[in-house]
Amino acid sequence: MRNLIAFIRKYSFFFLFVGVEALAFYLILKNNHFQGSSFLNSTNKVAGGIYSKYSDLTEYVNLKEVNNDLSNENKLLRENQLGSFVKVFSENIIVKDTIYKRKYLYTKAKVINNSTNKQNNYLTLSIGFNNGVKNGMGVIGPSGIVGVVKDVSANYSSVVSVLHRESKISVKLKKSDYFGSMQWDGEDYRLTVLKDIPNHVLLTEGDTVVTSGYSSIFPEGLPTAIIKTFEVPEGENFYEIKMQLLNDFRQLTYVYVVKNNTSMEVKQLESGRENGDD
Amino acid sequence: MIKTFITYPLQFILFVLFQVLILNNIQLGGTVNPYLYILFILWLPIEWNKAFVLGISFLLGLSIDVFTDTMGMHASACVFLGFIRPYLLNVLAPRDGYELNVPPTAGALGWVWFLQYATIGVLLHHSFLFFVEVFRFSEFFDTLGRALASTIFSLIMIILVQVFSSNTEDRR
Repeated sequence: MRNLIAFIRKYSFFFLFVGVEALAFYLILKNNHFQGSSFLNSTNKVAGGIYSKYSDLTEYVNLKEVNNDLSNENKLLRENQLGSFVKVFSENIIVKDTIYKRKYLYTKAKVINNSTNKQNNYLTLSIGFNNGVKNGMGVIGPSGIVGVVKDVSANYSSVVSVLHRESKISVKLKKSDYFGSMQWDGEDYRLTVLKDIPNHVLLTEGDTVVTSGYSSIFPEGLPTAIIKTFEVPEGENFYEIKMQLLNDFRQLTYVYVVKNNTSMEVKQLESGRENGDD
Repeated sequence: MIKTFITYPLQFILFVLFQVLILNNIQLGGTVNPYLYILFILWLPIEWNKAFVLGISFLLGLSIDVFTDTMGMHASACVFLGFIRPYLLNVLAPRDGYELNVPPTAGALGWVWFLQYATIGVLLHHSFLFFVEVFRFSEFFDTLGRALASTIFSLIMIILVQVFSSNTEDRR
């Protein structure tokens, strides 16, 4: 017994180190595997407040690019407005407007913190559950997917970026509707990898990749990336595709949080399927 | 004594803010990022209690983690540096040991000593950090390469800060 106490005394510093290190790793694992609001992240009052103040200061630097993005977006929206279309036939047509039900709602958010230089990148947004943001909502930028909300506090929310090694997003080829998953390889913030496209599909460089709509987080058909290079590795059945992201993640300033009005319905249906035939 | 109570907390806050607001936005060729904040741990007085330094290191890492949403990652790497530091100081100790109240800076112990101390410290911290970040050994050389590249940039930053601060030290 005395020896044991002496042993622990002698190596007390080492045991302290192991203890504190265990605590740190507990925090890492907890952060990796559980979604939910924990206090220790950038959505808390102090960190969020500092980021928000700082982004107010530095906002002007990117103003030119932001204006450019916004006006491009406005152009696209204007082009899709009913007024920009001309009726081809002059006969009367019945417009059954009630067959359309609003599925997605968008909330504007400012990016107050963003990183692209880590293996697992996150963004912090200036809106939280006071503005209706919930865990698991999608976030889109001026051109395509940005990420998925992970933690929400009253006034801030933290988003798992597309530039995160563990983030997988279901996308499809615009041309042929073949779907695969988009996952970052941690190398270049402008490029991402498309997996699970079978090798018999015809591809060309510059093909547009859009959201598949399967995950019901993002609206279907949102252009997200274009194919840059592709090859079939020896003895594989699937392509290895590198895609260029359409969003410039270094310059994201305004993004939209996507709320899906029917997501509860889809989730209930899918969870019922997993539980068996009841 | 009062100076200690003011200087170190102030330094702590400045290092954290400088890291999260300015350095984290710097991107040099891909995923290389300088981490200057660990200079705070390197600069802590040699005669301070080891366990106390370990605790401070944990808090410093945790503060960075809170801002970057990387819970526990920087904390674990900083704790590792805090643990290694006493042994590193022992290995690099002059023949007659350190004099009392001499800070571990280039101004006090010379550039040769400081560069050895900082290089080993930064390299160990960064390697630990980058391997915890990817959480796998499958891309061993890739990760090691990134750790080495970041080490170089961090060291350049540390040397710059050390040059400016030792100028003010001399004047005092």
